[in-house]
Amino acid sequence: MLEIKNLHVKLEDEDKEILKGVDLVVEDGRVHAIMGPNGSGKSTLSYVLAGREGYEVTEGSVTLDGVDLLSLEPEERAALGLFLAFQYPVEIPGVGNMTFMRTAVNAQRKARGEPELSAAEFLKLVREKAKALKIDADMLKRPVNVGFSGGEKKRNEILQMALLEPKLCILDETDSGLDVDAMRLVAEGVNALRDGKRSFLVITHYQRLLDHIVPDVVHIMANGRIIRTGGPELALEVERHGYADILEEAS
Amino acid sequence: MAMPETATDALEARLQAAPSGGGAWIRAARAAAEGRLRAMGLPGRRDEYWKYTDPTSLISPEVAPAEALTADEAPVFDGIERLRVVFVDGRLDAAASDPLALEYLEIEPLSQVAEVDIHWAAEVFGQLEARGQDPVARPLAALNTALATEGLVIRAKGVVPRPVSLVYVHERPSSDAMIHHVVRVEPGAELTLLENGPAAARFNKVLEVDVADGGRFHHVRAQGRDHDRQAVTHLFARLGAEALFKSFTLTVNGALTRNEAVVELLGDDAVAHVAGAAAGDGAEHPFHQDDTVFVTHAAERCESRQVFKKVLRNGAVGVFQGKILVRPGAQKTDGYQISQALLLDGDAEFYAKPELEIYADDVKCSHGSTSGGLDPDALFYLRSRGVPEAEAQNMLVLSFLAEALAEIEDPRLREDLEARLEAWLRRRTR
Repeated sequence: MLEIKNLHVKLEDEDKEILKGVDLVVEDGRVHAIMGPNGSGKSTLSYVLAGREGYEVTEGSVTLDGVDLLSLEPEERAALGLFLAFQYPVEIPGVGNMTFMRTAVNAQRKARGEPELSAAEFLKLVREKAKALKIDADMLKRPVNVGFSGGEKKRNEILQMALLEPKLCILDETDSGLDVDAMRLVAEGVNALRDGKRSFLVITHYQRLLDHIVPDVVHIMANGRIIRTGGPELALEVERHGYADILEEAS
Repeated sequence: MAMPETATDALEARLQAAPSGGGAWIRAARAAAEGRLRAMGLPGRRDEYWKYTDPTSLISPEVAPAEALTADEAPVFDGIERLRVVFVDGRLDAAASDPLALEYLEIEPLSQVAEVDIHWAAEVFGQLEARGQDPVARPLAALNTALATEGLVIRAKGVVPRPVSLVYVHERPSSDAMIHHVVRVEPGAELTLLENGPAAARFNKVLEVDVADGGRFHHVRAQGRDHDRQAVTHLFARLGAEALFKSFTLTVNGALTRNEAVVELLGDDAVAHVAGAAAGDGAEHPFHQDDTVFVTHAAERCESRQVFKKVLRNGAVGVFQGKILVRPGAQKTDGYQISQALLLDGDAEFYAKPELEIYADDVKCSHGSTSGGLDPDALFYLRSRGVPEAEAQNMLVLSFLAEALAEIEDPRLREDLEARLEAWLRRRTR
């Protein structure tokens, strides 16, 4: 269970508060969506949860299954079961995709005191998971995200998610830059990971992703706070009327 | 270079050691080199070509002592089937070497070839070095031609089935080695030359490579990890039509390394690639590594690539001076040059001097030089997947070096050197 209490965050080298008291609880097995206009702080929230540098938490707390996340390094958070699917996955030339993923899986296993997977074991695992996401052998061999299309990059993120089997998956604008077919493929990959225990935080600007990944709870974020919470119907309201009405209501 | 008297004295002192005797051809070659050297003098700190690297310790009468590093891993190229020739502190160790025999290969010690009056080596020994003295003087190469008595004379007459592997062992703490190799690759022949090891406390090496039309020459070397060693090496290459030349150098550790490569593309459609990866950490020992490259296009439709990458930290210094000269008439030249440094902290230094000089109008030449730190976004990406920070940094360092290592064609050789770099990085992050 993810618990965020009264989270205030500012940029480290600027006196600018971005999150102004976020409260959020994501129970095990649930899918929560966070929607909001650009600049509302959605992506910042995902980065702060994953431990990116450049932000300063001035107040509040974040725990995952009772463990204080904010005191941990990004790799420790990952080993604990947190996964962030990036809006812009980073290209790493010269490092094979397969090598990268095996290093990640084994680093997490090692951190948890589990035995590392051999190259053969890992290969078997990847092949099985990659097939469902239509990721071919070539994409696995190429350097990480280098020369990948937008859709390929996002599918590669979901593949990593499937391999790492996190407790909590954060999807940061995973639908951006995807056409309808690519979005369906990504959503299927995400839905395949819904097992009643794993929880999801889906950050998106548009409602369309939520047609494919149906949330249990929808939050609207604006100006660094969650201003409304509701069921899937809230996403449809945004789709029909835009953010303006809700923002007005809240102010 | 006008020489003050002390410099002249230093030069004369060095030339005292010049070998006498030998066959007619080598006496002539050595005398010519002496003449060249007297005319240009030894390099000094004020020479433009030595602006970023101080040559003093390379020419001083005394050799700064350097301890040989105790090996804590299998030697480079250990698993590769090859013809091994071992030099200890600069002297050929016949007992430790394989018999000098391989299909399509002639290979003889320079000391033997020097005794005969007529030899084909006369067309190459000191000749390519002499050609390489214009337009920039390279006195330490001429010094080598004048003084060196050790080395190999190698001729590939067909596709040589295994690499020739030169293993340079360093034993004595103040050894001062000078080695001069000559290689000729006959038309359509192919040879791979491997070199590894520090060779000596101070090492001056010249390698002259003459690749005839349609010949192919591959060169991969690892310079040895002795911390205090000093080395100046010159690679002179001349390429005929449709010839291929590929050279890669790995430098980790070493107080001072200056690697010069001088390549002339003289026949149409020739291809020359010169690449290097260097990694230095100045925390406990100084590290200064200099790649100085000069590629001349003198024929049509030739391709050249220079790819140099350096990873530096704790006051380590990297230097790159690289030039592409396109002579009149060398149309359709395709020249590329990149030099990049990854500075892992604030006190590492990288000096780059990329140059293009073009006298033909239908050419494609590009060059670039960058220096910077690790990409924080990439580092965060790796860490967010659970990769610990130190390991993530190492992955990014290898990622940075990959373009240079990709210049090694044979995957076994490439993987061997990659593993060396990984081990080196791991030792520093433990």
